Amino acid sequence: MIKRALSTAAFAAAAALAAAGAWAETIRIAYIDPLSGPFANTGAQGLAEFQFYAQQLNKKGGVLGKKLEIVPFDNKVSPQESLNQLKRVQDEGIRYVTQGNSSAVALALSDAVAKYNERNPGKEIVYLNYAAVDPALTNDKCSFWHFRFDAAADMKMEALTAVMAKDKSITKVYIINQDYSFGHAVADSAVALLKRKRPDVQVVGNEFHPLGKVKDFAPYVAKIKASGAQAVITGNWGNDMSLLVKAGKEAGLNVDWYTFYAGGLGTPTAMGEAAAGRVKIVAEYHSNVANNKAAAWDAAYRKQAPKGNPDFYYLRGKNMFDMLVAAMNQAKSDDPKKVAYALEGMKTQGDLGELEMRKTDHQLIQPLYVFTLQKSAAHGGPKEAKIDMEHSGLAPVTDARVEGYVTATPTSCQMKRP
Amino acid sequence: MAVLRYRPLNLGRWLLWGATAALFVLAPLVFTHGFALTMMTQMGTFIIFALSYNMLLGQGGMLSFGHAVYSGLGAYFTVHALNLIGKGALAFPVMLLPLVGGLAGLVFGVVFGYVTTRRAGTTFAMISLGIGELVHACVLMFPGFFGGEGGISTNRMVGKPFLGITFGPAIQVYYLVAAWCFACMVAMFALTQTPLGRMANAVRDNPERAEFVGYDTQKVRFLQLVLSAFFAGVSGALSCINFEIVTDENVSALRSGGVLLATFIGGTGFFFGPIVGSVVFVFFVVALSGFTQAWLLYLGLFFLAMVLYAPGGIASLVAMQLPVIRARRFGELALPYLLALAAGLVAFAGLVGAVEMVYRISDASLDTHMSLFGVGFDARSPRPWTAFGALLAAGLVALGFAARRVGERWGAIQGELQGNRA
Amino acid sequence: MEFFVVQLLNGISYGLLLFMLSSGLTLVFSLMGVLNFAHASFYMLGAYFAFQISTRIGFYPALVAAPLLVGGIGMLVERYGLRTVHRYGHVAELLFTFGLAYLIEEAVHLVWGRAAVEYRIPPSLEGPLFAVFTSQYPIYRGFMMLVSVAMLVSIWLALTRTRIGLVIQAALSHPQTVEALGHNVPRVFMLVFGGGAALAGLAGVIGGNAFVTEPGMAAAVGPIIFVVVVVGGMGSLAGAFVASLLIGCLQTFSVGLDWTLAGLFARFGWRVTADTPLASLWSIPLAQAAPVLPYLLMVLILIFRPRGLLGTREG
Repeated sequence: MIKRALSTAAFAAAAALAAAGAWAETIRIAYIDPLSGPFANTGAQGLAEFQFYAQQLNKKGGVLGKKLEIVPFDNKVSPQESLNQLKRVQDEGIRYVTQGNSSAVALALSDAVAKYNERNPGKEIVYLNYAAVDPALTNDKCSFWHFRFDAAADMKMEALTAVMAKDKSITKVYIINQDYSFGHAVADSAVALLKRKRPDVQVVGNEFHPLGKVKDFAPYVAKIKASGAQAVITGNWGNDMSLLVKAGKEAGLNVDWYTFYAGGLGTPTAMGEAAAGRVKIVAEYHSNVANNKAAAWDAAYRKQAPKGNPDFYYLRGKNMFDMLVAAMNQAKSDDPKKVAYALEGMKTQGDLGELEMRKTDHQLIQPLYVFTLQKSAAHGGPKEAKIDMEHSGLAPVTDARVEGYVTATPTSCQMKRP
Repeated sequence: MAVLRYRPLNLGRWLLWGATAALFVLAPLVFTHGFALTMMTQMGTFIIFALSYNMLLGQGGMLSFGHAVYSGLGAYFTVHALNLIGKGALAFPVMLLPLVGGLAGLVFGVVFGYVTTRRAGTTFAMISLGIGELVHACVLMFPGFFGGEGGISTNRMVGKPFLGITFGPAIQVYYLVAAWCFACMVAMFALTQTPLGRMANAVRDNPERAEFVGYDTQKVRFLQLVLSAFFAGVSGALSCINFEIVTDENVSALRSGGVLLATFIGGTGFFFGPIVGSVVFVFFVVALSGFTQAWLLYLGLFFLAMVLYAPGGIASLVAMQLPVIRARRFGELALPYLLALAAGLVAFAGLVGAVEMVYRISDASLDTHMSLFGVGFDARSPRPWTAFGALLAAGLVALGFAARRVGERWGAIQGELQGNRA
Repeated sequence: MEFFVVQLLNGISYGLLLFMLSSGLTLVFSLMGVLNFAHASFYMLGAYFAFQISTRIGFYPALVAAPLLVGGIGMLVERYGLRTVHRYGHVAELLFTFGLAYLIEEAVHLVWGRAAVEYRIPPSLEGPLFAVFTSQYPIYRGFMMLVSVAMLVSIWLALTRTRIGLVIQAALSHPQTVEALGHNVPRVFMLVFGGGAALAGLAGVIGGNAFVTEPGMAAAVGPIIFVVVVVGGMGSLAGAFVASLLIGCLQTFSVGLDWTLAGLFARFGWRVTADTPLASLWSIPLAQAAPVLPYLLMVLILIFRPRGLLGTREG
């Protein structure tokens, strides 16, 4: 493997060979996400789960008699590097791309895929987005070649505020977000939705802090405390999330946290017990949902999961591949253009309810769950808190299930079809 | 006293530049694969960037940790210009857009250079770091102009095609980059020959003396930085045209650190050093990262080895051979060199084996069975560890031995050469 | 009032942590002229070592052992790395530590993985120390303040009251004379570099669990401690102390204030609307710009007082 690195020319020849059809019997899907650097852990999670899916599918004979293969490409969460990797994907003749981490990367990829498809008819690429939630991707920047299998930020906010609206003890809400497009999208939809659902609730703060640059959140917590809020809404992720909750606990801040990304990839570990009973999360899945038809799958993944990524996290990844396979079977082809047409508008029964790939904007409509992190049953928590996250002693317990139609926000997408 | 030499035609130099130009033209005919083209395009932009950086570090003695600011801001202005052309609000040939980027870089060079170049040395390094962080944070704070973390994307296929050049196909972009790269190389080389370039050297080597002679060292540094910022802006503009997107990463500390690494690896003491460095660096980042997760470690190790053992960079290693070759004594060194190379390769193979095994074991998402150099094994079993350990140890011992021989021979030849000269 | 007191305490405790980090850096810089880019990496190593030791033995042994380990690594780095590149000048030394920072980060990835590790505050230091009106002030923050003040006092005592401290001070200004007097100056350098690394390691031990112990923590604090050192004056310990507290409080207080330039202009009768040129610049609240302020302060200091607040020499 290193020998090849010694000569680009040799590499080029190898890649050209591969493109020439040595893999005709496999359908390759390029997985473009961070695999080195600070976010490598996030990328490793999706890769492990998707490779598990491919392995399970191939055991059953694959799709259209062909094997499914996930080919990893490291983008270092940089939009520019992602485009580099996309060029590589094109050179190797791979026709499907999946990516999820960072909306910045997603916007760049979606745009580049659309441009490439326009310039290279007959070699189209389909882009399957499993986690980038900037609403713009299915609104003003929507593309025929992009399909999103995660709920957009405003849809998740619909679900969060639906739960929040029922809690009459909340009269003051504080909103704090990272200062970038996604954070602003979260804040805007939170303000708009609260106004509609609970006009009596006062938004006592709408704060933005720089992304990943704050080391000490104590001053922000003091500000939240001074505002008298009972609940905080935040789209923070990574350290910005865990530091915020930890600082809150230290200062004795008595609020509920309504979050997007406190549920995985190191955050439960970092927050620790500070989060128990306090942190609510919106997502399409957690391991302790009622009537969990994906339980067997979840358990099978856990059994062989790598040490660094022990939890089954992306049910939407499974949904994505299930629907892709269904679309290929329906189109009786793995030609991306045909598959894309089969995929749009598709309705299927998922493990936890109905899934619909909305035709107008290629946004998956799916049921969402709002859940709270509790001490796991083994640590004296409620008995539903069976499976904990990352062996942290924190386990998710459902607060509410929000049906897909509730979260289906209107779209401004003007889709151009080829 | 230096004697002024007059040469009607420096044949060697013309040949060298001619060969460089030919290399630019012919490279895509040899490396026809799409990915090779992508990489060469990036090398071209990076060469301009690294050369402009070396105007500060190598020629002016200014260690900057924020050079990406100029290329990045140049790229942002280019992308807006390109979008204006796309909307029809501006008529400007895409081919000349790097001038826009260069101009933007130049303007910001004037603004920031006024602050940074007041000091030299470590303080300059610190201020440049601070300005870099400041600009990076601001880019994320003003999404109106900079597009937030998503950046600003664009389409380079705008305006009327000129002689059928639309810049759709990657090969056309490559030749655009190649042409600009060559032009910038010539321009930056010419600059080193001007009085300003010479004064920058003087200010680098002995600012006090330069002051006594009557030069304003601050002004020299300022001019040097402004010009360097112009070329950095050009390279930013080219990368914007190549990627059709500009993000905050273009002004980030990572980019600034990268150009420092590349320039240093290549060698700051020679004009062509950064060119070599860029080629190596882009290869590390773009190509090697596709093969191994450990590319950052290899890059770090390589950089440290260069700092410790060859602080003049690759260029100085090459340049050291020139007098020996000229004296027709290289043949005597060939054998020891070959020995050292062979020993080095053995040690390198051992190192690569050990590093890859460590990564394999530490990355829990992979099982520990792997294959390297065409041999399959389990990274947890002791046998490959002994094998690679032995390779590494044997290689290092042999390398030490070979290095001593090279040193002896080298010392002898140098002694004789100097004896002859005296 | 409550808000003010809480913010003041937060500002001071954050400032003191910054001081712990920057004291080692400025000490090494003043003595050796080396700007150690890997300084924040030593901070990270301190946190990881403390995590490892505290899960095996306990937090208090870690408080002693981890800094010593980091200090030992620092000495090895000086002996086998920096001393070799010393003859190539300060830029080479700086670049060496720059490359070292890359390597340490990769090493941390390899040994402890890429996600955050579970380094917790010990139960004995958990909980509120006292209450400021209705807000609690955590014990651990008090502990952090205590440790860093103790550190400041002991550095000062060691430098002014002990024999080795006097040798260090002398070696700082007159290395040749000190060498001529029979002191081993390279060994003094090694000790100082190790000591600087150990201080960073100590900061890591108590900062790692107060915040998050993860591979990005070095890159997160790296630039800010350089700002502290520059603002305080290169090589001035007292300057670093003042600058740390200043920057700590500056950042903390600005978070609480929703002032904008537009608001300021409005007092003078200028109205900023969406059409005003650079409208987004004028209407950014101070709170949002808080983390940028240290860099702005640094640039201003360098323009108006290039040697820093308490520095005695320039550049």
